[in-house]
Amino acid sequence: MEQRIPTRMGDGSCAFMTRSEIRADVVAGVEAAVKRAKVAPLADAEIDHLVHIFASPARFSAVDLGDEVILSSDGVGSQEVGSRIDDLRFYEQVVCTDTVELYHMDYSYKPVKGVLPFEQATMRQAQLLLTLPCQYGAMPDLGLYTQPDGPVPNWSALLPEGRIDEAREAQREAVELAVEDIVHVAESMHAAGADGINLDTAGAAGDADFLASLLAVERLRARFPHWGIQIGMASEFVLGMHGELEFHGTRLAGLWPEAQMRLAAEAGVSVFGPAINVNTGKSVAWNTARAVTIVKPCADAATVPVHMNVGMGVGGVPMHPVTPVDAVSRASRACVDLLRLDGL
Amino acid sequence: MGGVRTAGDLVARVQMTKRLRLPEAKRYVAERLGCDPFELSDPVKMLDIRRDLGLGGLSHQDVTTVEDAVALGAKFGIAEVLDVPIPSVEQFARLVGDRLRRD
Repeated sequence: MEQRIPTRMGDGSCAFMTRSEIRADVVAGVEAAVKRAKVAPLADAEIDHLVHIFASPARFSAVDLGDEVILSSDGVGSQEVGSRIDDLRFYEQVVCTDTVELYHMDYSYKPVKGVLPFEQATMRQAQLLLTLPCQYGAMPDLGLYTQPDGPVPNWSALLPEGRIDEAREAQREAVELAVEDIVHVAESMHAAGADGINLDTAGAAGDADFLASLLAVERLRARFPHWGIQIGMASEFVLGMHGELEFHGTRLAGLWPEAQMRLAAEAGVSVFGPAINVNTGKSVAWNTARAVTIVKPCADAATVPVHMNVGMGVGGVPMHPVTPVDAVSRASRACVDLLRLDGL
Repeated sequence: MGGVRTAGDLVARVQMTKRLRLPEAKRYVAERLGCDPFELSDPVKMLDIRRDLGLGGLSHQDVTTVEDAVALGAKFGIAEVLDVPIPSVEQFARLVGDRLRRD
């Protein structure tokens, strides 16, 4: 009888599966990716490698010596122990990440604009005390520009009423406002000494949200030719909330990671981070296999560093606030081994 | 890669400023530091290299003395050795330069 191996589900719960069951899940995850994203399946050797990783009973998994990648960060620290600068210094000196990110608890560019001088002061102090790169991060978060939180009509309310033209016009207006806010905050943080800017969860509100991110990056790159500019996606697929928005002649609705990366590179990013959503009802082996299959064309075609989002709820890591290290290490190693990523 | 414990922060800077993929970024940094790319993730090797070149690193008393560059001081060395722009270094240099010119 096959031995049952401890593993995890996408919600973080522990599960015990045989090696055969793990292999079946890996194959099914690959098939799901092929069907959904219209990408090529993984080769047999790649599937074998995934099974090798997930069928191990070891507590921790890691890449080979010499194959280590960059660990870039979005908002480091919990902001609950000491100051935000303490968080940054802790992550530099104890956790030893490769970059850190200063962030505001209200993690969106629109609210940050209101407390910008305070963010600048903290960034300046941080830069005096840190050696490693410290960027500033927030989300484009286009939804914040809709009524009642913002000035433009709420397209989520207009669309179900069939008021398509008005919904589209509202999204275009929100894009313009968001780009101005992102550029203003980014320029201010550069003046404060930030090593880069991060547009986190780009595309969260659909194609208009992704367009705002791309347009902001394009302006910032023209202004700062050698600055760190990072885009991290919200999900695997750009939702067509508008449906007809384009960037450089490419329609944004329906884009998968490879096409997302190409446009982000054209806009001028330093780092691009695809995100593949986790299915909490499937095993981490299934989820990681699916994620790797979908991202592989992106990694193969990459013209800029690709730091795949491998964290809570993305990249195969369980959707749980206390992510178990056995699952995180396996998903991370699988992604790095098979995709030749530039970072996580 | 291990951040300031190794050369991870240095490779990250090169990725951010020069948009190099990881193998190229590692080769670039290794060449600038005078070591092999494999050694970039070796904390034992990198402790000596970083100290010799004034690139900062872990700052506790077991591995650092008051003679060693840390934080902003280390970033001056990093900017020079890697030939990368660092905004905080440029800003500080501008402030100090303004004062020196004034005095």
